[in-house]
Amino acid sequence: MNIEDKLFQIRFNVDTIPHIKVDLKACDSCQEKWCLYVCPVQNYKLEEGKMSFAWQGCVECGACRIACEKGQVVEWNYPRGGYGVCFRYG
Amino acid sequence: MTEKFDAIVVGAGPAGTTAALVMARAGMKVALIERGAYPGAKNMFGGVFYYSEVLNQLIPEFWKEAPIERHIVRRVTTFMTPQASVSMDYENSNFGKPPYNGVTLLRSRFDRWYAQKAVDAGALLVPETVVDDVIRDGQRVIGIKARRDQGDLLADVVIAADGVNSLLAEKAGLKKSKELRRHSISVTAKEILSLPSETIEERFNCAADEGVAIDFLGACTQGIQGAAFIYTNKSSLSLGMATDLNSLREHHISIADLVESFKEHPSVKRLVKGATLKEYSGHLMPEGGYKMMPKLYGDGILVAGDAAAMVFYTGLSLEGVNFAIASGFYAGEAVKAAKAKSDFSAASLSHYQKLLEDSFVLKDLKSFRSASSMLANKRFYTVYPDFLCTMMENMFKVDGKPRKRMWGLMRQSMKGKISMMDLAKDGMQARKALL
Repeated sequence: MNIEDKLFQIRFNVDTIPHIKVDLKACDSCQEKWCLYVCPVQNYKLEEGKMSFAWQGCVECGACRIACEKGQVVEWNYPRGGYGVCFRYG
Repeated sequence: MTEKFDAIVVGAGPAGTTAALVMARAGMKVALIERGAYPGAKNMFGGVFYYSEVLNQLIPEFWKEAPIERHIVRRVTTFMTPQASVSMDYENSNFGKPPYNGVTLLRSRFDRWYAQKAVDAGALLVPETVVDDVIRDGQRVIGIKARRDQGDLLADVVIAADGVNSLLAEKAGLKKSKELRRHSISVTAKEILSLPSETIEERFNCAADEGVAIDFLGACTQGIQGAAFIYTNKSSLSLGMATDLNSLREHHISIADLVESFKEHPSVKRLVKGATLKEYSGHLMPEGGYKMMPKLYGDGILVAGDAAAMVFYTGLSLEGVNFAIASGFYAGEAVKAAKAKSDFSAASLSHYQKLLEDSFVLKDLKSFRSASSMLANKRFYTVYPDFLCTMMENMFKVDGKPRKRMWGLMRQSMKGKISMMDLAKDGMQARKALL
């Protein structure tokens, strides 16, 4: 099962305001790109040498905040109250 | 006018709810603030809650009413190579009797049930509310700033029980986020896989209401420091993996891909056959425990639960919710004592640290504080599981050739994998961590 199909099974109340802001230009030049391995929902993607990030499917674990060596994750915060992931089982 | 409470608890997980419950029962005016739509909405754990004496004192025979899935009567530790596995299977029928040594839970149900207990005791639950900062008067914390209109709330004391990322403990200057990277911190990915309860009972060889906790070490993590797990719920399995962040980075393997390939292992595949995915989740775990604990108190503030890294991990045991509940309880008790003296200074609140030191919480975390260094040893995830499986294969394989006696068999299985030197070194390390 791929990660996109797994994401469909998670309930989200997606906020219009991104709670994580990433400087993708800085990511492109990052040698390590550790976010690719630590994000459990693979929200960080590398396609044709370009990094992308989708905050909508974030489970708010904080792994990227700790892993990002150069601090490209310029702002990591929680979504507004009631928004974001909403676990039905947990 | 800004509303003033005796205490504000941030985070309605096991630690925060316990603190709110204890203080509300003492007649204090308590706000319990939760950023999720309901308590538990943001929370996830592996799946087993080990017995909490503190909870039993607060809610006698809590297991009779708490939303429990199954009582864990079997604990299995499985070492695996890509083709084979060796298991240590422990079963105890006493674990299936009250007060139950360990039970499986789903946090969205348990945390919601538990927070209601604090509400029943008089605490004000404020859901859907993110706390962005503390309010200070000089050095002293005197309230919180919630991300909403008129979000300033004042209190004599604030308890940060806002989980592993605890932005609040950072804001209060008790913890530095940059330092987290140097410690053992794991990311967990987990699937809830639905199966009929009868199928679970047949497949896992357990009675109704009883269940199994299986931990897997070895090939499942492909050399990465970590472990996989399967725990049985009533009509679902909690399947997942906890892996060290630094180790994932070194190996360039995605945690999400690891979980997917784990399900393909022959020993796992038949256990999850036909199951449907109900939920996928991810979370961090502060498994460095004692070594990564922040400062636990300051002027007008305490830190409890995962926010204080109160996770007990020795390699064989992994416990958190019972530690969180106990830390929340002692935080509540410390605030009650501070209120009796009307002194909420750091000196007065240091009573919290003392209570924790006198209890199993800091005693256990301290006793096993070297376990995290032992668990960073790659050989526990690579050569040892491989050695065990090879040893069993050499012992059981019948191929018409003359057999070796046990010592020779062991040397043969170790060959090219473990040197006597490594074995001695690792033995010393394990002795320091566990014996």
